[in-house]
Amino acid sequence: MSAGLEVRGLNKAFGGLTVSKNITLDLRPGDRKALIGPNGAGKTTFANLITGIDRPTSGEIRLDGRDLRPLSAARRVRAGVAKTFQITTLFKRLTVRENLRLAVLERERRGLRMFARADGDPAVEHEVAALLDQFGLLRHADAPVESLAYGQQRLIELALTLALRPRILILDEPAAGVPSSESHLIVEAIERLPSDLAVLIIEHDMKLVFQVARSIIVLVAGAILTEGTPSQIAADPRVRELYLGAAHG
Amino acid sequence: MSSSASDVAPRRPLLAGRGLLWEAVILAVGVGLFFLFPYDLGFLSRILIMIVFVLSLDLVLGYAGVATLGQAAMYGTGAYAAGLIAIHVTASPLLGLAAGAVAGAGIAFVSGLVLMRAHGLTLLMLSIAVAQVLQEVANKARPLTGGADGLRGIRMDPILGLWEFDFIGRAGYWYVLTVLILVLLFLKVVVNSPLGLSARGIQESPERMRAIGTPVYWRLVWIYTIAGGIAGVAGALAAQVTALVSLEVFNFDHSAEALIMLVLGGAGRLYGAVVGVAIFMLVEHVAAAVDPFNWLFLIGALVLAVVFFVPAGLLGLPKALTGLVRR
Amino acid sequence: MGTLLNILVDGVAYGMILFMISVGLSVTMGLMRVINLAHGGFAMLGGAGVHYLGARLGLPFVPAALLAIGAVVALAVPMERVLYRPIYRMGELQQVLATIGITFLMIASVNLWLGSTLLAIPLPDAWSGTVDLGFRSLPMHRLIVIGAGLATALGLWALIDRTGYGIRLRAAVDNRATASALGIDTGRIFAITFALGAGLAAFGGILGAELLPVDAYYPLRYMVHFLIVVAVGGMGSITGSFLAALGLGILDTTARYMVPDFGTIFFFLVTILVLALRPQGLLGRAA
Repeated sequence: MSAGLEVRGLNKAFGGLTVSKNITLDLRPGDRKALIGPNGAGKTTFANLITGIDRPTSGEIRLDGRDLRPLSAARRVRAGVAKTFQITTLFKRLTVRENLRLAVLERERRGLRMFARADGDPAVEHEVAALLDQFGLLRHADAPVESLAYGQQRLIELALTLALRPRILILDEPAAGVPSSESHLIVEAIERLPSDLAVLIIEHDMKLVFQVARSIIVLVAGAILTEGTPSQIAADPRVRELYLGAAHG
Repeated sequence: MSSSASDVAPRRPLLAGRGLLWEAVILAVGVGLFFLFPYDLGFLSRILIMIVFVLSLDLVLGYAGVATLGQAAMYGTGAYAAGLIAIHVTASPLLGLAAGAVAGAGIAFVSGLVLMRAHGLTLLMLSIAVAQVLQEVANKARPLTGGADGLRGIRMDPILGLWEFDFIGRAGYWYVLTVLILVLLFLKVVVNSPLGLSARGIQESPERMRAIGTPVYWRLVWIYTIAGGIAGVAGALAAQVTALVSLEVFNFDHSAEALIMLVLGGAGRLYGAVVGVAIFMLVEHVAAAVDPFNWLFLIGALVLAVVFFVPAGLLGLPKALTGLVRR
Repeated sequence: MGTLLNILVDGVAYGMILFMISVGLSVTMGLMRVINLAHGGFAMLGGAGVHYLGARLGLPFVPAALLAIGAVVALAVPMERVLYRPIYRMGELQQVLATIGITFLMIASVNLWLGSTLLAIPLPDAWSGTVDLGFRSLPMHRLIVIGAGLATALGLWALIDRTGYGIRLRAAVDNRATASALGIDTGRIFAITFALGAGLAAFGGILGAELLPVDAYYPLRYMVHFLIVVAVGGMGSITGSFLAALGLGILDTTARYMVPDFGTIFFFLVTILVLALRPQGLLGRAA
């Protein structure tokens, strides 16, 4: 048994179409890995298999040696696997603080309590305030999420997911839709993530990937083409072909 | 979780003092009406009971965002439960209320297991169908319920052994007003609790609630069950105060009117239910006495006007108007 | 045996009425993802129109019915434009409320116009007779209703399957955004569909007046029946509406004959059963 996420020989077929082929990878505490690949390579399917939205056809997924496959999506979150969304699905009419408070309370499994104030536990409030501070959101704490700029909403997305205290964090296109003038905020936020957290970034934006990832996995047609450090990947002729080819096509 | 942070902020009381202004106003108005309209206590009691009923819907619809048209299922079940308990078991009003709450919650839990999996039109139709089936069952169980003649012969003991239910409805009025205030306070605690926050979270984004590890379906079943208990209390109050339960307690119109009153006043804010019911029933009382069909013109136009121009309900009117002026 | 056949004929006739009234509702609800509780109002207006033209002005049935249906369609077009278009963009709850409001206005208007009593619809004398099939006689009216229902289903099938309008409609029901992107004027498609649905409802309301008597409260009384046909059949599915209407019509009629004490309980129990097992309805697509 070893710490972290172990994926062994994962396959997924929809009908006759195989979208994940024999994927094997490890995610250890402190990892900063990126999953890249052209559109339709099966990145989203892979993330769904890990988070429990989809079930694999065959293969193993283990967290600290524990088989994750029988667990529902909600239970996997509680086991420590969390994912941000590509498109923000925040609680738009709740304030930023309420968004984070809700996540902390649900993580602590207090969501059924009805004879206590939601804002009544100083420890929870303290944790929420710390998260707000970490992501530079204190100024906007009591504004409804829908009133904030898109880049800030992405930060809340990140803070909300982190409030679940995951051990495996999957970032699904964390900078999607964020204007380039604000993307440094996302990079900084990722760099400040807890050092023992295992992070997998699924991203199109190569610039961001090369800034934050220490290891890059290239997925093509559902299978892993190669895995390596950013410099190895940048030098790999197959990857260049893939991206240049994609750019031309 | 760090306990060192406990000195950051003091624990807040369940019901903050300043936040009780609305309850105080409602209580004062309730007391005032008793003395202003001593001959309309029956009608006033009906308004207060309706408020309790609409409040139960507010928890489901205004907070958790689940639109149903079958809240009368729980109201009716609570009414029959309270009536039957009074006739066959005990004439204690409080035990009758408890029976109504348990029965309403029970039927909400059972039907909620099916309903809370559905959405949109399907959910609306299922909720209507549940109330209709219960109505037919009550109709058919004639030996027990009196069928279409209604359940008669309900006699209540004095409340807490002290206050006798009288013909003018004085004791009944105080009784209903007290229960209403207690229900309001209960709901105020609930909507400000972690459970209430999670209900609003489900309304905003069920997908995201699942993503933060919440079993959304079971949470909704639980919320629906609590609301069912409150609807059952409303039904029980009606049975006890009017000493009669008829099949109409399950009527579709009853559920639909509750929905209209809630949205009229403003859903998701508790006091909207109070304002909506009061306005609806007062206007109905006056207008329907003149002409029951022209009353439908009025209410139809009112509903359309609110939906088109003040979606937040009449409680949102001041904000909507100031927004208009500032623009 | 004889009763059984009569029950079946009555049930099928009732199902056809439900189908004619509900099918337009199902298609418009599937098309615009709108919840519309006011649709039964068009059936009532059709019946009220024939009552007015026939019973009060003395027009023969057929021209009266045609005029009434035309009038309902003529009313539905501006209603769609003015009232419904803003409603499409509202949330589910607001749609429920707004269309309940419209229902109330329709009820109040008909009451103001014709009063709150039952509105008799004078059918041609020939319709009240029976048809001898050799081994059995069947009431003419029921047969006409069944024939009209089948003709409606067939006509709709041809319209949807064989015309350009049908192709565009199917594309729009399937995926409105894609259809718009392909240059299909979905607003126009919807206006036409809405008017057509209202006309069919009026037709069904007129033909079905013997089974579903027309008065001012009609839209509220039968609202749930029409909507359940849509939900059970599956929003947007014409075949689904047909099967649901027929099935529920036969079921309800049989139950009323066989176990009159139990009233409509089977209708609703079966509805709960079907929707619990298939929330999207018989032929609806999963959301």
